[in-house]
Amino acid sequence: MDYSQFLMMPQELGLLAVVLLVFLYDLFMPKTTQRYLPLFACVAFGIYTVATSLNVVTGSAFSGMYESNQATFAIKVILNIGALIVLIQSAKWANSEFVSVRRGEFYTLLLITLFGMDFMISARHFLLFVIGLETASLPLAALVAFDKNHYESHEAAVKYMFTAIFSSAIFMLGLSFVYGIGGSLYFDDLFLAVSASMSPLLIIALAFVVAGVGFKLSLVPFHLWTADVYQGAPTAVTSYLSVISKGAAAFAFFAILTQVFGCVYETAWEWMLYALIILTITLGNLFAIRQKNLKRFLAFSSISQAGYIMLGVVACSELGLASLMLYVLIYIFSNLAAFGVIQAVEMNSGKVSMDDYNGLYQTNPKLSFAMTLAMFSLAGIPPFAGFFSKFFIFSSALQSGSVALYVLVLIALINTIVSLYYYLLVVKAMFINPNDQPIAAFKSHVSERIAIFVCVLGIILIGLASCIYAWLVESAAQFV
Amino acid sequence: MIFDNILIYFVIIPLVVLGLLSLSKSIQQVRTVCVIGASLLVVLAAYLTYEYLAIRAAGDTSAMLFQGSWLWYAPLNIHLALGVDGISVVMLILSSIIVFAGVFASWKISPLPKEYFMWFFLLSVGVFGFFISIDLFTMFMFYEVALIPMYLLIGVWGSGNKNYSAMKLTLMLMGGSAFLMLGILGIYYHSAADGNLTMNLLEISKNNAIPHSWQYFLFPMTFVGFGVLGAMFPFHTWSPDGHASAPTAVSMLHAGVLMKLGGYGCFRVAIYLMPQAATELAWIFLILTGISVVYGAFSACVQTDLKYINAYSSVSHCGLVLFAILMLNTTAMTGAVMQMLSHGLMTALFFALIGMIYGRTHTRDVREMGGLMRIMPFLAAGYVIAGLASLGLPGLSGFVAEMTIFVGSFQHADMFHRVFTIVACCSIVITAVYILRVVGKLLFGPVQNEHHLQLTDAEWQERLSVITLIVCVAAIGCFPNFFSNIIRESFLTIVQVLPQ
Repeated sequence: MDYSQFLMMPQELGLLAVVLLVFLYDLFMPKTTQRYLPLFACVAFGIYTVATSLNVVTGSAFSGMYESNQATFAIKVILNIGALIVLIQSAKWANSEFVSVRRGEFYTLLLITLFGMDFMISARHFLLFVIGLETASLPLAALVAFDKNHYESHEAAVKYMFTAIFSSAIFMLGLSFVYGIGGSLYFDDLFLAVSASMSPLLIIALAFVVAGVGFKLSLVPFHLWTADVYQGAPTAVTSYLSVISKGAAAFAFFAILTQVFGCVYETAWEWMLYALIILTITLGNLFAIRQKNLKRFLAFSSISQAGYIMLGVVACSELGLASLMLYVLIYIFSNLAAFGVIQAVEMNSGKVSMDDYNGLYQTNPKLSFAMTLAMFSLAGIPPFAGFFSKFFIFSSALQSGSVALYVLVLIALINTIVSLYYYLLVVKAMFINPNDQPIAAFKSHVSERIAIFVCVLGIILIGLASCIYAWLVESAAQFV
Repeated sequence: MIFDNILIYFVIIPLVVLGLLSLSKSIQQVRTVCVIGASLLVVLAAYLTYEYLAIRAAGDTSAMLFQGSWLWYAPLNIHLALGVDGISVVMLILSSIIVFAGVFASWKISPLPKEYFMWFFLLSVGVFGFFISIDLFTMFMFYEVALIPMYLLIGVWGSGNKNYSAMKLTLMLMGGSAFLMLGILGIYYHSAADGNLTMNLLEISKNNAIPHSWQYFLFPMTFVGFGVLGAMFPFHTWSPDGHASAPTAVSMLHAGVLMKLGGYGCFRVAIYLMPQAATELAWIFLILTGISVVYGAFSACVQTDLKYINAYSSVSHCGLVLFAILMLNTTAMTGAVMQMLSHGLMTALFFALIGMIYGRTHTRDVREMGGLMRIMPFLAAGYVIAGLASLGLPGLSGFVAEMTIFVGSFQHADMFHRVFTIVACCSIVITAVYILRVVGKLLFGPVQNEHHLQLTDAEWQERLSVITLIVCVAAIGCFPNFFSNIIRESFLTIVQVLPQ
């Protein structure tokens, strides 16, 4: 075996090293130094993120099962940045009373899921893809159950576990059909086989594969687990689940659909995606309107955001992939800013209901400001980053110019108005609604402040810095 | 270098004000920063006008002056492209005057004066940015920047049924901009036959490549998108509620400037870029705007709340702007921009005075007030002048604008246009009805409430705000040629793309 091919995967190897370091620290360092574990994890992961972001390694390994190119590199960097922010903002929570005994597990499990996602992204063979998928899913179930003193956390974990297993089963059933069509699990071989045959079996296989990944992305009608899991899981895990997990799945979805089923775009999956997108955006929005618990609220908001991300997939072009990656990046910053505020408020007062946020601006103006920017960015209001990601994802979807896509984009645009309504409800609660006893003023922990500050900075600057999008377009061109 | 272009300072000044406001600690600092910023904008607008006229006098006839273009997003060929013609110059003057007057009109705003002015200046960033842009993307971006601060300005500092109004206004305007976004993307993807897609207005117009079939789809999208902000029937319902609930300076800025963004966008984007569809579909929108004009005026007649009266009168007057634009000839369109200018100043004056009266009497109901001419002569006299301008008294701005519009409209010889011109003319009579009724009741009638006798007249900052606006209204009325010449020559380039 040629061991030098491991050098093709510096990001995965580096991540593995970080996981082991954190694991060893947890295992062998004296008890008095244990409370520096979060700091150690953040620093180690930060160094890893910076070090692996400096240069791109392109090539393939394991006889073509694994491929690294500029696009996979870019999305991994984006996810690493997001994971780093999650790690920073959860530092205080990890040291809190009930969690501190298990904090080592939190970091190890979290980083292992990221390791799995990296393989999902780089896989060019369905075997490796499934390994990545399972590595990413199972530890997350343990993370969801992390608050073992809370009933909701258990319920959420069981729901997540069953959904993950069920969706994997469906996905693999689809794969068996795919294998039946192509006689191989390599993406490249399958691409040729699929282009040659157009059979009912292919449609069924495709439907199962889409459903399997749809669960991960929580597209409607595979979204039923989302709200309960988001609500029950600890906020640190929810924020990770809502951005990183979703971003990796979106990229993988794009990769599978274009690289395996690219030839049957018009005949098979274009219309499938239209239906999924319209359902996802509309239902996600309509359910979000009624939510009072902010975590459930963001769960439904993230469902509808996933629908917008899918517009990049339906564009099926390099501009589509670039816009998808930009959307994921900006979504990471916006959503993590919102979760950062929720986490800070929850840690200090235990409140997560929207009504509790009434009058927050009087007592905690900075947190309210960050939350407002996050909501504006999620709603796509300029000059904040979300506007740019929405504009580019819409423009990429319209690139092919078919009338059906114009209708689809129009429906999505009308939905942005609905989403604006409920995002403004949060702003209204903080700025306008009167409250005799707003949440008392508090000073959030330094880690939370850093994380929120970074997110706010990202929300303001990413849209204005056009070089990021240019770089993503250049990266996407290597992929499609 | 981007900073060599004078236009960019229209965006930079409000941004710097925004930054300084976030640092300021006391109300004095906030006021100082705002006054300096607003004054600088007025000076800049005046200087720009001077330069503009000088360049035009030297014989430069290009469509846009002070052009500059910097690549921003290469994959979609998005530029930060700036440029102004006579119409934008006039709009910039209007905006800067109203921002200036608005700062003084909200001198004593509470609570949270700092936050109020920050949102106020963010709004003005959007307004100024919109008027100086000639790139569809940046234009659209600034357009939306101007819309969203309204939500908090009305929601936090407004009065009455403010939550409802703020949400309704924001959602309806953003709904319009959703159509607009689709329209803009559609225009972009059909902007060139040879594949060099562009977002630059001038290049798109020069290419003239948008297929007719697409124009029929994209023209209504963009026209309705901008028309919502121009209070076109049946999308005008946000306007009365929004204006009635908004704080004084926000009503001023909104009715005075923001609604002009709609009219400006209608001819700058919808008509200029899609002339064929504009010519053929104009009749549909002419009917709708004709309804706005008359319906707005009639609605104003039956209102008793001063702000609602003025808000419906704005629907009527802004309807007239769109009506004139759709006449598609130079005279009527020049009249439309004159009307924008006139209505902007006049409505701002109205809202400023209403705000000052309300601040004293704590009611806006016409039935509960009377004899204000004796109690607060300065404010009452201002109100009379605004009213006379509104009903089109010669010597004030309203007359010039409406006269030009109807002369231009009547140039169409066919039955349809004639009928609608006459119908729209009737609105002048109706305007006179509701203006004179209110003026008579409010200012000259018997005093309804003896507590009102103790009230005081305007303070210095209020006088400054009112006098600024009155002077401008009178100046346009007395020297209309100065403005109409600037506007008219710029419309020639727009009208010449229309099929005859």
